[in-house]
Amino acid sequence: MTHLQRLEAEAIHIMREVVAEAENPVMLYSIGKDSSVMLHLAMKAFHPAKPPFPIMHIDTMWKFSEMIAFREKIAEEFGLDLIVHINPEGKEMGMNPFIHGSSTHTDMMKTQGLKQALDAHGFDVAFGGARRDEEKSRAKERIFSFRNESHHWDPKRQRPELWNLYNSKKNQGESIRVFPLSNWTELDIWQYIHLEKIPIVPLYLAKPRPVVERDGVLILVDDDRIPMAEGEEPMMKTVRFRTLGCYPLTGAVESEADTLPEIIQEMLLTTTSEREGRVIDFDSTASMEKKKQEGYF
Amino acid sequence: MAHISDLIATDIESYLAAHEQKELLRFITCGSVDDGKSTLIGRMLYESHMLFDDHLAALEADSKRVGTQDGEIDFALLVDGLAAEREQGITIDVAYRFFSTEKRKYIVADTPGHEEYTRNMATGASTADVAIILVDASQGILTQTRRHSFIVSMVGVKRIILAVNKLDLVDYSQEVFDSILADYSRFADDALALDAITAVPISALKGDNIVGPSENTPWYNGPSIMDYLETVEIASTSQKRSFRMPVQWVNRPNREFRGFAGIIGSGTISPGDKVRVLPSGTESVIDRIVTWEGDLEVAGAGRSVTLTLADEIDISRGDIITTADNPCGSADQFQTRILWMDENAMMPGRQYLFKANTQTTSMTLGQLKHRIDVNTLEELPTKVLEMNEIGVCNISLSSRIAFDSYDEDPTMGGFIIVDRMTNNTVGMGLIDFALRRADNIHWQSMDVTKESRAQQKSQRPRLVWFTGLSGSGKSSIANILEKKLQAMGRHTISLDGDNIRHGLNRDLGFTKADRVENIRRVGETSKLMIDAGLICISSFISPFESERQMVRSLVGEEEFIEVFIDTPLEVCEQRDVKGLYAKARAGELPNFTGISSPFESPVDPEIRIDTTQVSAEEAADQIIDYLSRS
Repeated sequence: MTHLQRLEAEAIHIMREVVAEAENPVMLYSIGKDSSVMLHLAMKAFHPAKPPFPIMHIDTMWKFSEMIAFREKIAEEFGLDLIVHINPEGKEMGMNPFIHGSSTHTDMMKTQGLKQALDAHGFDVAFGGARRDEEKSRAKERIFSFRNESHHWDPKRQRPELWNLYNSKKNQGESIRVFPLSNWTELDIWQYIHLEKIPIVPLYLAKPRPVVERDGVLILVDDDRIPMAEGEEPMMKTVRFRTLGCYPLTGAVESEADTLPEIIQEMLLTTTSEREGRVIDFDSTASMEKKKQEGYF
Repeated sequence: MAHISDLIATDIESYLAAHEQKELLRFITCGSVDDGKSTLIGRMLYESHMLFDDHLAALEADSKRVGTQDGEIDFALLVDGLAAEREQGITIDVAYRFFSTEKRKYIVADTPGHEEYTRNMATGASTADVAIILVDASQGILTQTRRHSFIVSMVGVKRIILAVNKLDLVDYSQEVFDSILADYSRFADDALALDAITAVPISALKGDNIVGPSENTPWYNGPSIMDYLETVEIASTSQKRSFRMPVQWVNRPNREFRGFAGIIGSGTISPGDKVRVLPSGTESVIDRIVTWEGDLEVAGAGRSVTLTLADEIDISRGDIITTADNPCGSADQFQTRILWMDENAMMPGRQYLFKANTQTTSMTLGQLKHRIDVNTLEELPTKVLEMNEIGVCNISLSSRIAFDSYDEDPTMGGFIIVDRMTNNTVGMGLIDFALRRADNIHWQSMDVTKESRAQQKSQRPRLVWFTGLSGSGKSSIANILEKKLQAMGRHTISLDGDNIRHGLNRDLGFTKADRVENIRRVGETSKLMIDAGLICISSFISPFESERQMVRSLVGEEEFIEVFIDTPLEVCEQRDVKGLYAKARAGELPNFTGISSPFESPVDPEIRIDTTQVSAEEAADQIIDYLSRS
């Protein structure tokens, strides 16, 4: 078996274990490339049946508009049960990352929004598309990762995980995050998308787009909510995105790569890691571990 | 990122085509604290050009701040990801790292050296193809070196690289290297089930023999660490074994399709192959191997597939589909090797959950034969297993499972132990062999409890309580039920008017007060029978709801099964087997239920049987079905 065949079989095995043992599972769907691969694997795992769980998107009201359009299209094409949750408090107060800052926005719309949605639906297991090569604390996380009733992760009390035997027994109030793509790398994800012809949001491919520069980062002018200086006009630049999230918090990279092989080529030749485009990681060394302890996916 | 390949820049399509065909090798680094595990991985990532500029910049900053190498790059910081680890400068949990070369893609598990974190080390080892055991050349073989080697071999790793590290500290001495290798071999030959040991003299810090030959060790002609990893054969023995697929999930999207989803543990399978399903033993033939891409002609170990069979047979999660030519065995008692991984010691006689492949059942641990001192390999007598101890122990499961010994087939013979109270994974084990009934487990100084009595009988004690009018058919059905249960090997006892009213309750009459006392005594007696581990079948008219409720709460909701024999009064009176109704109508029997004393029908019995619709035989089957389902 090739490495991709081994990874595929492992991910499918993990998903089926969850469906067999969980009471009320859900698949977290972020619309990004990893989610696209995870969803594709779910279609394979349960074929000819549909995945026997809903997919859920935690919307922040600030996602790229192309992401939302893509989400709707995929849900319809695959005939999936799609749940969209927006934190109502954030919606009411008009949460705006340009005004309230990235960490407040992320905490309220993503972290708190996710907890609300999981609690409201009573989901006991949630699939996430995180990979161990993304970041140091992820590299230490189990495939079946437990959260207490406040959705906190305790890295010092992880259960042993032997062979492919997953212990899904949980205590009162606990829930489980399951990461079927734990052992995939960014290159594996791209290569698999290429090989399996998996649809992805076109924002990953380079094309002339209107952008403005903020703190040295190129931000897409996705709608008219972005504050512009007097007389400031967006610049047209050929750009693409290495990662997708809230448009005000996601930097574009200048690139000519408009096919998958070119993207992969660019990634392999690049000298900075993928998450550098995400504003959230800049704060402190252990920032992701801290966020996850607080309930961030 | 990634290794340097000119193809990436010049011909990405060819590069991708080649990369697509790469194999995956998973390995682990282990050994005692400070033997340089993290440093070795950091060095390998660095030498393979797997570090991004921002990672390197962060590493240089961290090395100056908290590094242990006097401001030089501290590679260990690359892999120690948790805040607590970075602060304490130790590795707590296993970290996974990824890199690739022209030939292969690698997943490295960097594992903690402290004994306290042995379970995390076992986690990393259980998915590895190869283990690199590090030894500090200036320290030699330590207890942790032996412990890790032992565990690595226990979880199924067959190939070991003995990396004698920090050779720079002993002037790259061949003598030191040779003596450490000799020392290790003496231990490994006795203790470990390995295919091969390859010893490599290295300095992770200085980079000797990591990716290429080192000038500092001209006396060494073997491979560097990377040379070895690039060329070692990746075990494909699982393909050659007999076909086994544990059923994970039954796929039933509609009435026409019924597929069995699972990952093939061993062997290969094709449509037309004859299979046997265990533990039931039913046989059939593979009809299709269904995947999203279309049906397959053949599929082998490691693939996740969905199988359909030619015959409609009852299969559910936990069943094993095996080749009919060489099926695995099934049993419920085994000798096993166990590694205990919880702060609370393992107690013989206690019940835990057992999970092997997709089979989960409850398990009682028998007496420990001995524990193994990983340092001296001595077999020491012991009553309990403390955390990180390894022992040989008999186990008894509450139901039969399909199995192979771990040595024959690791995917069929490896299991985890889950604590019923904390839900933690508290141990892992390997099946050595099944015990014959005659070699029954010898319990040692354990408390004899209701559970252990039931365990001994391999059954769940229950009270099957028949209620209904006189002549409704309670005794006839109870009689058939008991015969059937006994034929199934169950241990039973029957209580009814005949054996109670003539003995224990001969002082009681038929007034309301006496009827209440009658049921109270019967209830208490039934409870004793349950404590004895028996399936107790009690047949009494028991006309009052409150007394039936009392018995229910006495024995507990979960063990009480109320069977209402719902035969209409007219029918009972018509049958009148004992001529009692005639006497009652004639006024010769006072307080006769249905005639001169009321019968309160059960509101919500577990089972209701209408004897005008089903035969006594069918009624008994219905109850057995309920017993086996609940």
